[in-house]
Amino acid sequence: MSSGSPPAIRLDRVSRQFGDVKAVDDVSLDIPDGEFFTLLGPSGSGKTTSLRLIAGFDHPSAGRILLHGEDVTNLPPYEREVNTVFQDYALFPHMSVGENIGYGLMIRSLPKPERAKQVAEMMELVRMPGLEDRRPSQLSGGQRQRVALARALILRPRVLLLDEPLGALDLKLRQQMQVELKSIQEQVGITFIYVTHDQEEALTMSDRIAVFNLGRVVQIGSPAELYEHPASPFVAGFVGVSNLISGELARKITASPETFSVRPEKISLQALDQPAPNGFSSVEGQVRDVVYLGIHTRYLIGLDSGEDLTVVEQNRDTTSMDVMSARGRRVRLVWDPVHNRRVDVNA
Amino acid sequence: MTATALGPAAPRPLLHRLGTFIYLRPWLVLSLLLGPPLLWMVVIYLGSIASLIVQSFFYLDPFTGQVIREFTLSTYRELFVPAHLEIFLRTALMAAAVTIATAVLAFPFAYFMARFASRRTKAALYLAVLLPLWSSYLVRVYAWRLILAKEGILNWFLERLNLLGVLEAALRIPVIGGPSLSVSFLGMFIVFVYVWLPYMILPIQAALERVPQSLLEASGDLGARPRRTLRHVTLPLAFPGVLAGSIFTFSLTLGDFVVPYSLGNSSFFIGQAVLSFTGTAFNIPLAAAFTVVPMVIMGFYLIGARELGAFEAL
Repeated sequence: MSSGSPPAIRLDRVSRQFGDVKAVDDVSLDIPDGEFFTLLGPSGSGKTTSLRLIAGFDHPSAGRILLHGEDVTNLPPYEREVNTVFQDYALFPHMSVGENIGYGLMIRSLPKPERAKQVAEMMELVRMPGLEDRRPSQLSGGQRQRVALARALILRPRVLLLDEPLGALDLKLRQQMQVELKSIQEQVGITFIYVTHDQEEALTMSDRIAVFNLGRVVQIGSPAELYEHPASPFVAGFVGVSNLISGELARKITASPETFSVRPEKISLQALDQPAPNGFSSVEGQVRDVVYLGIHTRYLIGLDSGEDLTVVEQNRDTTSMDVMSARGRRVRLVWDPVHNRRVDVNA
Repeated sequence: MTATALGPAAPRPLLHRLGTFIYLRPWLVLSLLLGPPLLWMVVIYLGSIASLIVQSFFYLDPFTGQVIREFTLSTYRELFVPAHLEIFLRTALMAAAVTIATAVLAFPFAYFMARFASRRTKAALYLAVLLPLWSSYLVRVYAWRLILAKEGILNWFLERLNLLGVLEAALRIPVIGGPSLSVSFLGMFIVFVYVWLPYMILPIQAALERVPQSLLEASGDLGARPRRTLRHVTLPLAFPGVLAGSIFTFSLTLGDFVVPYSLGNSSFFIGQAVLSFTGTAFNIPLAAAFTVVPMVIMGFYLIGARELGAFEAL
């Protein structure tokens, strides 16, 4: 973030109320120019409403929205230099692919030859050249997605908004598009604001992530920061899987009753007769459930103290036969206490 | 398992066995579903049209007044006398004018219903559109005749507003004017627009309802002001609905005789002509040939509508 220039987007104490429901509740955000910024949260957490406020489809009940320092709070969408990729793509069914992509240029009255040239460039960028004359209905989901992206990018917006754009694609295609979106973003250097409820997607692509819950931003940080230092039990549970340990068990392990979280992959399972490595936390329990996932295996361990913990282990040296036979076995759970993360339960 | 499960199966009720018998035979399901309506359509509807067309190839003996059941094109030749051509042209022009006017009136109404009305308001508007169709069409036409009459409420109202001059000027326009609105093509036009308006509102509203909100948002997002969104997105997507409505308004106007009969003068419309040929003149072949004309016009209309994509949305 260069110190002199204003952020690409600033939300200044923005709220949006629908009747009694505060969909967005006093949200402040600064998104620097050129960043891939993700709004992550469960459905109904206010992330999509926030995006619609930035796009101008909806207007805040309170607060201001600044685009590169300019107050756009009360401007209609057609007067904002942001463009949107819609969740349902919103391609115009009565126009060809080329007409869809060139729509914004047609509205700006760009002469036809220039329009055609830019449309062809865009189709090159999203890697589907030569399909200008197709109808949206003749395209696959992934192709529609690319057309929607090209249509929004052709106007060279200062900020591109993406509303769960990969939600309708199957897993393989989604993962491929995630990588591609990120590389397109780096290529064009436009600020991307990306809405998703998929934490893995958020971790894959984002420079920074704002985690939403109940209309509020509960934490902002890089993927690594959010994963390694979740500020609240909600973030610990929403970004990745987390074991929350509190009360008596927490006192036994850390000599303090304050709640902490430990990630499942940080914990190792070993036989009861093997001693825990020096300085490691150690608890005993019984394997209650085993889920074999190919690359790794997820164990649900019922601790003797009553809690359930999730443990994930790589299947590097074990076979499915090995892991499945672990069910019912008594085990010792050990981990390095540096992975214990205190979380503020009141946050 | 209990003993009952092991014992001999109880015979299933006859109705259940019949249901299963039908369920396993799709062709039977199909014929049960389509049989009665198809029978109706083919025998009664297509049958009467066929008999109509056959009649139109007979002719009336001018001396005896008897229908001669021999194939001839002479009845069709009669359609081309100038007085008859004038009737066709008059009716088609009226149908076109009524169609355009209903479309222009219906669109904003349908747009409001589809885009802005709350659930309650929408229900109320549906009722407002459909309620008139529950009362007799004849009663409504006669009610309009009273409204439009020289002594009627409209004249009285315009007089209060000192606008009677405007009405009188309009009635002085040749062809469409007349002694009063209740005896003029202008009045006929007003009543036609009123009676067919629901048939235009509903298909347009249905077409607009199918346009996702996100398409309109996308257009605005890409820089289009509301007027351009209307032109480039909303209107093209609602057009099949407008065409579907226009098929109703156009064909209903072409065939109607009640409105011309109630509000017209001695210049006939197709429906009136058919009525008079079947009645006093008892020239059934000519009446039949006259009826074929709107059918042919509608045929061309439907072909044109198909070319414009009216049926793609169905």
